[in-house]
Amino acid sequence: MKRSHNDHAGLIAPASAAAELQVWEALNLALNEAMAVDDAVFVLGEDVGVYGGSYRVTQGLYARYGEWRVRDTPISEGSFTGLGVGAALVGGRPVVEIMTVNFALLALDAIVNMAAKLRYMSGGQLRVPLVVRMPGGVAHQLAAQHSQRLEHMLMNVPGLRIVAPGTPQDSYWQLRQAIRHDDPVIVLEHELLYFDKGTFDHAAGAPPLHAAAVRRPGRDLTLIAWHRMVQVAQQAAERLAGEGIEAEVIDLRSLRPIDLPLLRESLGRTHRALVVEEDCRFAGAGAEIVAALTEAAFFDLDAPLRRVAAADVPTPYNGELERASIPDVDAVIEAARGILPA
Amino acid sequence: MQRDLARQFLYDIELARRFEQAAAEQYAQGNIAGFLHLYPGEEAVAVGTLRAADVGDYVVSTYREHVHALVRGIPAGAVMAELFGRSGGCSGGYGGSMHLFDRERRFLGGYAIVGETFPVATGVAYWLRMNEASDVALCYFGDGAVNQGTFHESLNMAALWKLPVLFICENNHYQIGTEIHRHSALAEVYQRACAYGIDSRRVDGMDVLAVYEETREALHYVRDGHGPCLLECETYRYRGHSMADAGAYRSALEVAELRARDPLLTFTQRALEAGWVTQEEADEMGARAGREVEAAVAFAEQSPPPTQLDKDVYVRPLDLYRGDA
Ligand SMILES: Cc1ncc(C[n+]2csc(CCOP(=O)(O)OP(=O)(O)O)c2C)c(N)n1
Ligand SMILES: [Mg+2]
Repeated sequence: MKRSHNDHAGLIAPASAAAELQVWEALNLALNEAMAVDDAVFVLGEDVGVYGGSYRVTQGLYARYGEWRVRDTPISEGSFTGLGVGAALVGGRPVVEIMTVNFALLALDAIVNMAAKLRYMSGGQLRVPLVVRMPGGVAHQLAAQHSQRLEHMLMNVPGLRIVAPGTPQDSYWQLRQAIRHDDPVIVLEHELLYFDKGTFDHAAGAPPLHAAAVRRPGRDLTLIAWHRMVQVAQQAAERLAGEGIEAEVIDLRSLRPIDLPLLRESLGRTHRALVVEEDCRFAGAGAEIVAALTEAAFFDLDAPLRRVAAADVPTPYNGELERASIPDVDAVIEAARGILPA
Repeated sequence: MQRDLARQFLYDIELARRFEQAAAEQYAQGNIAGFLHLYPGEEAVAVGTLRAADVGDYVVSTYREHVHALVRGIPAGAVMAELFGRSGGCSGGYGGSMHLFDRERRFLGGYAIVGETFPVATGVAYWLRMNEASDVALCYFGDGAVNQGTFHESLNMAALWKLPVLFICENNHYQIGTEIHRHSALAEVYQRACAYGIDSRRVDGMDVLAVYEETREALHYVRDGHGPCLLECETYRYRGHSMADAGAYRSALEVAELRARDPLLTFTQRALEAGWVTQEEADEMGARAGREVEAAVAFAEQSPPPTQLDKDVYVRPLDLYRGDA
């Protein structure tokens, strides 16, 4: 897919055939198409309108849909996310953009106490069809307050759905499905993936919202990852392949729920698995995945399940230290060797 | 003043007072658990504001909201059954005293985190304004809530985009045990609205007629597209903050002084003097309200408890969900 030349608004034009697209372009296309087919969909957040979004995701939407459907907000995460909840209760389908996950800490009341609970507390009378998008992850030396991964904090909240697309294809479909969904959906994006290119093929259709995907088949061990760690796992798998070890790489794509059936299927073949996660190890998403697989598939295992995760430290500013704080290919390979037969 | 309206006010206040009394008794008997925040003393606020509102207006209230629910028309039995945690409750027994909901009646809760009503009501108003509807969002909050960030954030957005929301402060002068001069640098809540260019007014919240009239004017203003308005109602609660609070931080004299301005007492007096009701009719109204509350308790007692633990956590089951887009 190429950018249309006559579209001064900067919107991404859909193509009829499969094409190359960047992640941000796929998200832009998803928003544009969702807004075109449903007047209830509106986006709001800091600099989403006139400016076009910090990562260009909402570029062109303001010119096309106007200020009421593309709302630049003040820096009030708690209240504009809560505003989204209120609008969702009465018929809106708001898509809230929180500039980065770090600022979502200020919106936790709206997400955790309101969005996740209102349906249940009202005895099923209310719906909260709210989408909250937020980029996160360790990017390039943004220091501790701008480099967090907070998926583990939200995973523990009944009432939420959490997806984590990492490719243009998934970004498009998961965002479109999240917007159509009547439950609140958190869409976690990764700051280093926005300008990654990939094939986007609309005709291929939507996979189930929460289904994981096998990125690389293998028989010797399973590498479970999401977001940018999928690429790290894939690179590790390639190097291991040079030694005759075939690692299967699974892109989780969803963190609540987690596609346990697919993970079990994979473990049934490989009998060994490693979770590769960019978030801190202690009480992270990997802890849940390992625990759930231990409970569900213990007798399939030929080795202990292991995690390769970020160090339990705030992210340092210094570039060398920053790189050392999160898993890299070497760390994955080393951990893989630890669970493979000698 | 229309006679019918005056009689409605009187009945509303009688019902509110008796309902809360019954709730306290049921709590003492162990039929109601959890946090229970009662409203005696503050009735004129809910009655005056909600009787001035249209049925299309949305209500977003706090955890001290039984009376708002009753005046909105939620059957007393459904409110009491919710306090009992029964399936016949207006939230099916899943919400409790602090989380009353009735979608049909546009009663959107019941929020137990102080300061949450601001963004929710502002969001409702955003949607109304975006769709050029003429309805208004009514946002209730206590004096303690105005020091929460959401108060300032939401007032700013509501004013910036001229949203149809009426902010209604139920200023009972206490945030649990902390008197307003000890929690707010500026005790005149309505004066804070000027920071956002919001029109605001203050009214005697013990006087149901005054509350009604001020609310009508404020709603006209908001409905005409001028943006939000803030109405501060000065009131008082007779009981402790919740059933867990004996209210030791207040003098008996203070409570007695406020009780002299009791909305039930003063409005009954006024209605009698104006000839809106006879003493006989007033007595009969009280008796009728009493019977309604008795029936509500009986309804709650026989209502079965909810049984499904995981009902409505999600709209669709939390499986992999093959959805269309
Ligand atoms: C965010 C938050 N902090 C603290 C509490 C505990 N709490 C419940 S009610 C209350 C006092 C609120 O006072 P006010 O807003 O004046 O309302 P009132 O109870 O007087 O009607 C407090 C501190 C809470 N529910 N939410
Ligand atoms: Mg108070």
